[in-house]
Amino acid sequence: MAKLHVSTTVNGEPSEFLCEASDTMLDVLRGPLGLTGSKEGCATGDCGACSVTLDGRLVCACLMLAVEADGAEIETIEGMSQGEKLHPLQQKFLELAALQCGICTPGMLVAAKSLLEQNMNPTETEVRYWLAGNLCRCTGYDKIVHAVLDTAAEMREAAR
Amino acid sequence: MNEMTNSWIGKSTIRPDGADKVTGRAAYAADTNMPGMIWGKVLRSPHPHARIISIDTSKAEALAGVKAVVTAKDIVDFPVDTPVPLGIQDMRWMCRNVMAREKALFHGHPIAAVAATTEAIAAEACKLIEVDYEVLPWAIEIEDAIKPDAPILHDFIQFEGKPSNIAGTLEHKLGDIDAGFAKADVVIERDFNTRPIHQGYIENHACLVSVASDGRTTIWSSSQGQFMVRAMTSFLTGLPQSDIRAIPAEIGGGFGGKTIIYLEPLATILSKKSGRPVKMVMTREEVMRATGPTSGSMSTVRIGATKDGKIVAAQGVFYLQAGALPGSPIRGAAGCAFAPYDIPNVVSRGFDVVSNRSKVAAYRAPGAPIGAHAVECVLDELAEALNIDPLDLRIRNAAREGTKAAHGPVYPRIGLLETMEAAKAHPHYKAPLGKFQGRGVASGYWFNAGGESSAQVNITEDGNVVVTTGHPDVGGSRAAIANIAAELLGIDYRRVSVLIGDTATIGYSNLTGGSRVLFASAMVVTQSAEQVIGQLKARAAKLWGIEADAVVWENGEARPSGDHTGNFPTMTLAEIAAKATATGGPIGAGVQLNTTGAEGGFSTHICDVEVDVDLGIVRVIRYTSFQDVGRAIHPAYVEGQIQGGAVQGIGWALNEEYIYNAKGQVDNPSFLDYRMPVCSDMPMLDAVMIEIPNPKHPQGVRGVGEVPLVPVMAAVANAIHDAVGKRFFSLPMSPPKVLEGLDEGTLQAAE
Repeated sequence: MAKLHVSTTVNGEPSEFLCEASDTMLDVLRGPLGLTGSKEGCATGDCGACSVTLDGRLVCACLMLAVEADGAEIETIEGMSQGEKLHPLQQKFLELAALQCGICTPGMLVAAKSLLEQNMNPTETEVRYWLAGNLCRCTGYDKIVHAVLDTAAEMREAAR
Repeated sequence: MNEMTNSWIGKSTIRPDGADKVTGRAAYAADTNMPGMIWGKVLRSPHPHARIISIDTSKAEALAGVKAVVTAKDIVDFPVDTPVPLGIQDMRWMCRNVMAREKALFHGHPIAAVAATTEAIAAEACKLIEVDYEVLPWAIEIEDAIKPDAPILHDFIQFEGKPSNIAGTLEHKLGDIDAGFAKADVVIERDFNTRPIHQGYIENHACLVSVASDGRTTIWSSSQGQFMVRAMTSFLTGLPQSDIRAIPAEIGGGFGGKTIIYLEPLATILSKKSGRPVKMVMTREEVMRATGPTSGSMSTVRIGATKDGKIVAAQGVFYLQAGALPGSPIRGAAGCAFAPYDIPNVVSRGFDVVSNRSKVAAYRAPGAPIGAHAVECVLDELAEALNIDPLDLRIRNAAREGTKAAHGPVYPRIGLLETMEAAKAHPHYKAPLGKFQGRGVASGYWFNAGGESSAQVNITEDGNVVVTTGHPDVGGSRAAIANIAAELLGIDYRRVSVLIGDTATIGYSNLTGGSRVLFASAMVVTQSAEQVIGQLKARAAKLWGIEADAVVWENGEARPSGDHTGNFPTMTLAEIAAKATATGGPIGAGVQLNTTGAEGGFSTHICDVEVDVDLGIVRVIRYTSFQDVGRAIHPAYVEGQIQGGAVQGIGWALNEEYIYNAKGQVDNPSFLDYRMPVCSDMPMLDAVMIEIPNPKHPQGVRGVGEVPLVPVMAAVANAIHDAVGKRFFSLPMSPPKVLEGLDEGTLQAAE
């Protein structure tokens, strides 16, 4: 069967690719598109290391078929910083040592950014439940939650 | 070194690899590709125990796109009667673990591997391999494996003169155990059971291997030691180490599980046979079935004390599940179990039991949490029986400088007592508790390791610094190394780049493991930096025409001293570097050492839980770890080790376990069903760092990475007892088990 042609937008840039009907978005991101910042930890939607947004909605790229990207807008970790300027969450993760091995970090950041876009003032509990789909085996989550809460506070202050 | 004037040591600086890791640029094992690359997949045994009668790969080889097939006959065989040690591993077992040889020993054991132009074709080809198995009875649990009529995994293992699954034993003895117990007023003896736990790193095992036509081999893989990858691949493929360049990818978590290899020798042989670079990436299911975990265990611990709370005798028997091949961490269990205490009479025994599940790999203080779980739960019960506060009982018996431990050492200055006293004085220990809430404490010990490390410190032409070491960085070691180099050289840490060299570019460095990386790297980096400072002073002296010993190095500058004070303007690192060619050439130094003096690590934890008595769910609501960290070179990453270890232990205590079906297969090989702690399960975690500098280290560093896991399961179990009045001796203390233990009488008493 011939491959399927998909036209999409990835991190604001028009993008086209060919894929099998069975390919996941993660397969295509990491393969033909060369965007290896999204990680495969499970391929079953349980670890969140491949978190991306599809038209602004947080999804696991491993649970999304690549053809679903047609006509849609995908945002990945590679689109999070503006050139050299890190997103406040990225900067705060570095300052608070909210990463150790770093393999969950791209997904964690994409998920946290998605939270703050919907809720500028999350409680600790809201942060913890929002990030419950993103596994981290290194940090015990403490510094990650602190980084998200601190970033939210700073972004609220900056928006005043 | 005057700590008040430290610029960088003790500061939580930004890690050198940070920007790459928050932008998705950091390259982990599965992120590298090569032109012409093909894909390898592994065919795995569907049976937990089976004799391999024959393997026919002809149909797989005939499939379009298939480029090479590997079976056990392609792997170097090490006969079972001659040990081939490599560190704590033995290549006799490793060659049988990477590919089943005489028998398949667990469900998921590799039988063959295929390389093909696509991953899908490789997977399809695996299905075309015909294997004739004679399925054998199996034993997975320890109690099944040590029964008199148990199925025997290996004919060559004998115990007490008979074929057995007990592959090894170990005993530590101190004093006279019978005389000790005779003096005891109270004796508590309990049996314990812990389950195998996967290390749970989020990055699946992966590698890319290119073997050129002349045999020169390049391996990109994620591991806890590129030199281990090189050595094991060399042993298993027959290639000389000098032909293998192992390049360490960023590692997405290891926790001990990546101190051995699985895919690299298979990919190497597939690449050699096919003439193409070969990439292999495990699925999560493969990781869960065929890698790690740490041992499950069965233990009995007996401790006796006098009425005034002095422990007079302690006995431990620890059976640990090795999995398919010998080598469980009985040394950690039997050796660390009683190590926090000054006990005159001790017998501690370990038994290494093989069974039909994947061969265990190291996991954070291997064996020690198993021993501590049993001992610290018995101590809690002993404190209750003696009506002594559980921390007071520990303080009364704490090991200190001069204590002779049953596993051998006489302790130098250690900070165990300080961890206990800090716990006792902490507000957490006095905070009020509500209904069905409880508090538990526990302490723990881990050996910590020294060993071989290499470093190279080079001054760039523009006067900045590049430090190369040989240990994969699992938790921020590069940041700590940058702090140390910057401190010694007197420059801003941002002028120091810290890189992890590959096996061709830096000298031999032992594994990232044993909590050894910063301890050992700091030693070689310190000596290298001191040599560099010596060179810098000599270069300045040459430019000034004075003796080298008349130059001092301060704040990143050379300054003339003594009679020459003030005679010349100071010279910065950049100014000296700019004149390096004229003054003698490149400036840099490398040091290679077998480091010693790591000394053990101690920790004491307080855990609060709340038990949902309707659902059996235990929630940890507050957790504080107190640890002697020696010297926190980068405090935030030391805290991170402590917090991460606590949560791994909470998972071990409350949820994590493998579930087997009637066919001896792991039934929950996914993150959905193998339930590791998630963010919403956890409270914030307090880490109290107590700095008792290691007297045998230039910066006072003590390993900090592993002991954070050791006390956790006992602290949780003791807290549950405090909450509901019921002691659980078997892990995990998961909802069904807790619910079953909470009968009416227990609950009424708890209310």
